[in-house]
Amino acid sequence: MNKKASFLKRYALVFVAALAFALFLLVFPAWRGKALDSVVFQAKTMFLVIPPIFILLGLLDVWVPREKMIRYMGQGAGVKGPILAFLLGSFAAGPLYGAFPFAAVLMKKGASFTNILIFIGAWSTTKIPMLLFEMAALGKRFALSRLVIDIVGIVIIAWAIKLSLPKKEVERLYAQAEQID
Amino acid sequence: MDTIILYVIAFGALLVSLFVDKQKTLTALKKALKALEGILPQFLTVLLVVAAVLAVLDTATISRVLGNSSGLAGILVASLIGAITLIPGFVAFPAAAALLAGGAGATQIAAFVSSLMMVGIVTLSMEIQYFGKRAALLRNALAWLFSILAAFFVGWVVSL
Repeated sequence: MNKKASFLKRYALVFVAALAFALFLLVFPAWRGKALDSVVFQAKTMFLVIPPIFILLGLLDVWVPREKMIRYMGQGAGVKGPILAFLLGSFAAGPLYGAFPFAAVLMKKGASFTNILIFIGAWSTTKIPMLLFEMAALGKRFALSRLVIDIVGIVIIAWAIKLSLPKKEVERLYAQAEQID
Repeated sequence: MDTIILYVIAFGALLVSLFVDKQKTLTALKKALKALEGILPQFLTVLLVVAAVLAVLDTATISRVLGNSSGLAGILVASLIGAITLIPGFVAFPAAAALLAGGAGATQIAAFVSSLMMVGIVTLSMEIQYFGKRAALLRNALAWLFSILAAFFVGWVVSL
């Protein structure tokens, strides 16, 4: 695709929002100060904290040996399996829907279903770079207590799904993953 | 202070990585830049919308709807908003911080953050494709319930 066109397309909504925001400032001078303060506050939270986090994200992406970790996520891997699944999810980058295709890859490589569910849970909520940002933005107590309770939740939810899903359905999902390339 | 530690860790890791493998480090930096640029449009849009909304709503209104005294109703509202919206945490945290500063309660914000991350109504059809109806619906329902429980826990710890 044309680079310029794709840039315009991606930022189209930003231009609309900026225009609406400028209009808002013009029409409601009474709210001008508060709105601008909020822009500065949020931008500061973002741009002060985020550069080192994204550097760490990039380094993790390059250095974490994913292939090796996946090998130990099969049945009978003991406690190593869930722990690796948890780490694999926590060191990932990207939104939750990015985890689903990855989960299909894990199924193909023979990771157990419980481990895949733990991986999905970790990907959704205990990402390490995100945690650093959360600590800076919302406070250490907030972020760390959420992390602790979420680890408990991930395991409980993984077990509950695993227990309530018939074996045949799990087999069907694995067979289906084989079809996805 | 925390931010300084973060910078020290990041640059320390960067130096070690650079020392071990220059090429890999360059790839990592490129990926970092690309990821940052990837969330930028969404971040800027949310930033402006939230700034305008927060300017209109005064602290009293925010704390009535999402404040500590809003109780379970506020938690439910926050977790429903989190379940249906699809924005990355990196975009949501500055907005959540602004809401906290504007009078929202920690429990309510925790409900929003947790359900935002764990529950995905918009991406449900995609999840069903990979995990089947039963597992996907069950995961989202359980995650939503859990996000409310987690919110109470976080709110309690923050209030200690």
